[in-house]
Amino acid sequence: MVAISKQVKAARKFNRLTLEPLLSVQKLFKQTIIILLFLAVWELAPRLGLVDAAFFPAFSEVATAWWNMLLSNELFTHFSASILRSIAGFGLAILIAIPLGLLIGWYPLVRDLFNPILEIFRNTAALALLPVFILFLGIGETSKISIVLFACTWPILLNTIAAVRNVDPLLIKSARSMNISSFALFYKVILPASIPTMFTGIRMAGTGAILVLIAAEMVGAKAGLGYFITYSQYNFLIPEMYAGIVTISILGLIINYSLLSLEKRLSRWKQDPTE
Amino acid sequence: MDMREKIRVENVTKTFTVRDNTQKGAVKQFTAISNMDFAVNEGEFLTIVGPSGCGKSTLLDLLGGLSTPTKGRILLDGQEIKGPGLDRGTVFQQYALFPWKTARGNIEFGLEAKGIPKREWREQSDHYLELVGLSKFADRYPHELSGGMKQRVAIARSLAFNPDVLLMDEPFAALDAQTRETLQSELLRIWEKTKKTIIFITHGIDEAVYLGQRVVILSANPGRVKKIINIPLTHRLADADIRSNPAFVKARSEVWNYLHELEYAGQYI
Repeated sequence: MVAISKQVKAARKFNRLTLEPLLSVQKLFKQTIIILLFLAVWELAPRLGLVDAAFFPAFSEVATAWWNMLLSNELFTHFSASILRSIAGFGLAILIAIPLGLLIGWYPLVRDLFNPILEIFRNTAALALLPVFILFLGIGETSKISIVLFACTWPILLNTIAAVRNVDPLLIKSARSMNISSFALFYKVILPASIPTMFTGIRMAGTGAILVLIAAEMVGAKAGLGYFITYSQYNFLIPEMYAGIVTISILGLIINYSLLSLEKRLSRWKQDPTE
Repeated sequence: MDMREKIRVENVTKTFTVRDNTQKGAVKQFTAISNMDFAVNEGEFLTIVGPSGCGKSTLLDLLGGLSTPTKGRILLDGQEIKGPGLDRGTVFQQYALFPWKTARGNIEFGLEAKGIPKREWREQSDHYLELVGLSKFADRYPHELSGGMKQRVAIARSLAFNPDVLLMDEPFAALDAQTRETLQSELLRIWEKTKKTIIFITHGIDEAVYLGQRVVILSANPGRVKKIINIPLTHRLADADIRSNPAFVKARSEVWNYLHELEYAGQYI
């Protein structure tokens, strides 16, 4: 028995020291191999003359340009301009669209009244309205925040309405059989049951916010990543242009991951479909 | 036994307005329950069995106060039922647990609905978790529980706000046979302990006979009371193989005959 337990202990020690680090290295490898390959192709293709290095500089050049911009604070100026606009528009959209969506979803009369106009707006591309926004609000912050607000509102609103409408009727019946007030029903049943679907809309809005903002900044702005990219292109600062594009990817990743982790926290109770 | 009347279903008829498929845009009246009349004694375990279309769910909604009879009335302690109330607790076939709340959270939902002060929740939820044998699973979310465990939580939730009457709508129908038998005897144990009045709707004849002191047999289209049978079984829990007991077998075949009489008469298929 003692010998066996010793063997087991030794095996465990072996696992802890050798196998587990190996497994985590393997996991890291799986997650990064394609990205590393992509960067290698990016680095080599211009150097080997497969693409025109003037239009498509090697990754190391873009990284250097990015680093210099970071040191000169230029990057931060544009990055913060963009992120403040998108957060302002996105945040306002959440503040407006969620209460409105709950209301529209809950009252059938309000829903019937609003449905046609919502159908029209949801099918109107936000960018098509950009000239209108600029016409009315100029090219300052107001027009940019407004167009982000506009673009973010629809996915959040429509998903919130759908969320409220699709709450399991049995849960409502079960709560009603406990004789709770309409307010409690709404606050304690409808709202928590709606959170997962609402979040689908919020994540869609997060993606939309960046897309619309960059386009708006390209058309008319004095700062921001969209402005910076077009500015670099006009002045033939090609590595800087790519550095700007990479920064937009980073911005998108940050927003998506923060929303994902927030969603995870708010819907811990939900079954993980990958489990 | 105290034979005080707890619930009286008095000549209850329930009709719904439904779409008439024979004519476009027309509506017609559909009678789900017709002239139903029976009473339940205080502390009684009454089972209701019937074919599909016998208005079981309609009856349960009426008892729960989620809808009102078209004709007749339902009395609880002599007072007409006018709406939902915490004097009745309902257990549904599909558990109806709130998926964002743990087992304990679900039980405390009922306590909160009753207005019990928050400091007493913990003790009460512990008590009911133990009653249904789930003390170790208090902090699990519904998706982390098996079907049988979910139904135990649902039963605990309904018991926690201490209703006089427990309304059960085919609560074990979605469970496997083994779990169902376990929960049936657990329910009997809980009933003996808590002395609740239980109205239990089922489509299983065995279940109806095993659990009920009396079995109400319904006929379908529209739902009517066909027959009420006394089940002369006592000490169900003491007899491990009660289902082979001659009294059980006799009662079972009696219920079976009443139910199938309808079939042979061609009333439903």
